[in-house]
Amino acid sequence: MENQEEHQAEGVGRPGRPGRPGSNPEAVTARIRARFGDASVRDGNAVGCESVIAERDALLPFMTFLRDDPELTFDYLADVTAVDRLKLDEAVRFAVVYQLYSYKHNRRFSVSIPVPEADPRIQSVVSVWPGANWLEREVYDMYGIVFEGHPDLRRILMPDDFGSYPLRKDYPLHGKGERDNFVF
Amino acid sequence: MSTTPTDKLAEADLEEIRNERVTFERTPDMPTEHMILNFGPQHPATHGTLHMVLELDGERVAGATPHLGYLHTGFEKLGEYRSYNQFVTLTDRMNYLSPLCNNIGYSHAVEKLMDIEITPRCRDIRVALAELSRLADHLLCIGTAALDIGAFTAFLYGFRAREVLYDLFEAVCGTRLTTSYTRVGGLLRDVPDNFAEMARESVEETLRATAEIDRLLTHNRIWRDRTEGVGVLSAEDAVAWGATGPVLRASGVEWDIRKNEPYLGYETYDFDIPIGRNGDAYDRYLVRMEEIRQSAKIVRQAVEDLPLGPVNAEEEHAVLPEKSEVYESMESLIYHFKMTMEGHGPTPPVGEVYAATEAPNGELGFFIVSDGSREPYRIRVRPPSFVNFSLFPMLIRGHMLSDVVAVLGSLNVIAGELDR
Repeated sequence: MENQEEHQAEGVGRPGRPGRPGSNPEAVTARIRARFGDASVRDGNAVGCESVIAERDALLPFMTFLRDDPELTFDYLADVTAVDRLKLDEAVRFAVVYQLYSYKHNRRFSVSIPVPEADPRIQSVVSVWPGANWLEREVYDMYGIVFEGHPDLRRILMPDDFGSYPLRKDYPLHGKGERDNFVF
Repeated sequence: MSTTPTDKLAEADLEEIRNERVTFERTPDMPTEHMILNFGPQHPATHGTLHMVLELDGERVAGATPHLGYLHTGFEKLGEYRSYNQFVTLTDRMNYLSPLCNNIGYSHAVEKLMDIEITPRCRDIRVALAELSRLADHLLCIGTAALDIGAFTAFLYGFRAREVLYDLFEAVCGTRLTTSYTRVGGLLRDVPDNFAEMARESVEETLRATAEIDRLLTHNRIWRDRTEGVGVLSAEDAVAWGATGPVLRASGVEWDIRKNEPYLGYETYDFDIPIGRNGDAYDRYLVRMEEIRQSAKIVRQAVEDLPLGPVNAEEEHAVLPEKSEVYESMESLIYHFKMTMEGHGPTPPVGEVYAATEAPNGELGFFIVSDGSREPYRIRVRPPSFVNFSLFPMLIRGHMLSDVVAVLGSLNVIAGELDR
């Protein structure tokens, strides 16, 4: 057991090495702060990619700016997903994470938006990137986060009458017995 | 009832109707009802279990509603209870037509998170195997797309060459389908001695089959009639909807992660990115055919002068030691034991990473959140099929019912990856 602790300590305690940023590492964050103010975003902790943590209040103007600003032009939304931070040391339970890419500048960017458990709502970005449609449906299906303004917010992978949100950390790995009661 | 009875229709209007310039739904007295047709969940053209509800106006598709999830296996949930090396086995089962690409994409993400640099030999072997998988995936995609439309021969030619590729995978990984070949920072084991020779042979066989398929299909009147102008996707829509891979490139966007954000040393290889002009099913077929030829070029370059040396990086707390050393050296045995024991294994630093690789269907991304423990806190797969398939209702609207399989085949939807 002594060895285990030693090894674990080494793994955890290893200082987070900085990522391998591109030519102008902080350009996107600086541009966002120039437009929305210094307090609008906090630095994220993604490895090898610039990232910010933003607030959900004015998400649509924020995302539209990221897409339309000529120095940013994040025209491709690669992924939308969420993290349930129940077991992490975070004040807000959920975070919705967007992976963006700009064809013009060949640059990736990650935006994380905290969403509280008591009011799991966030604006949908389908009007900005239509490709967000199914990705947001999957987040809704798995975490129960409601995307306001989504054109067709239904479950996508789980059955429509499935009562739980399976990727939440308080949902057990083996399910709650839904399999036994499933009617074909 | 309507205020304009049918008998009062002007002769000119009747003439137009006879010439089919006016469809019947525009005449208020003769409303037509849309028919609902279930396509799947068990249909031979869905290649897996995939369910679509089609709304038909005569033989035209007025709308399509896909229902996913028949193959949902909960890989992302399961990944939170598996160590970083154990999760490799789950990646095999996502896109089961090119499992090696999934293995490589996943390991690439973990290595990016842990900042591990893999050895030159490992890097080149991964490139060769990723491209060989791409050959197998594209051969099957083209073959089944043709099969669904009715051309059986191309499918058989493709499968014959694919068999040679799968023999190679079996020689390298021990299995044909569930390869599980990569480990964090390295590989399961080194490739056999005749790997370069086998790779060249399978590339030859693939190119032979490709040439035969090319002669069978590319200028075939029926094939072109069935695929040209079907499922047209504009470049703007492709970008806005997040399409990637051959679907994006067929629409004329020159973007490939291997070129734009090179990983595994792809910048040192000489290859081109084919793009289409019209974004229809035929262009997707042409792009895949050309990608086979370009991937063949990459394989040849990768296996030529394969660097010697170990396949596993020298990171004793993260990478498994060579199996042969485990049997002979005390230290290696201890490390092996520590790596695989419950509560041990690679432990990345706290943080999150998104790493994308170019899989045969497009951008395969892995998003990993680490809390510094042995299992990932959250692991997310960004499946290319899922995003590409979300375009389907838009692409099929207004086409004939028989075009459903043509568009579906050209998107190459893999249900295992779609539902995870």
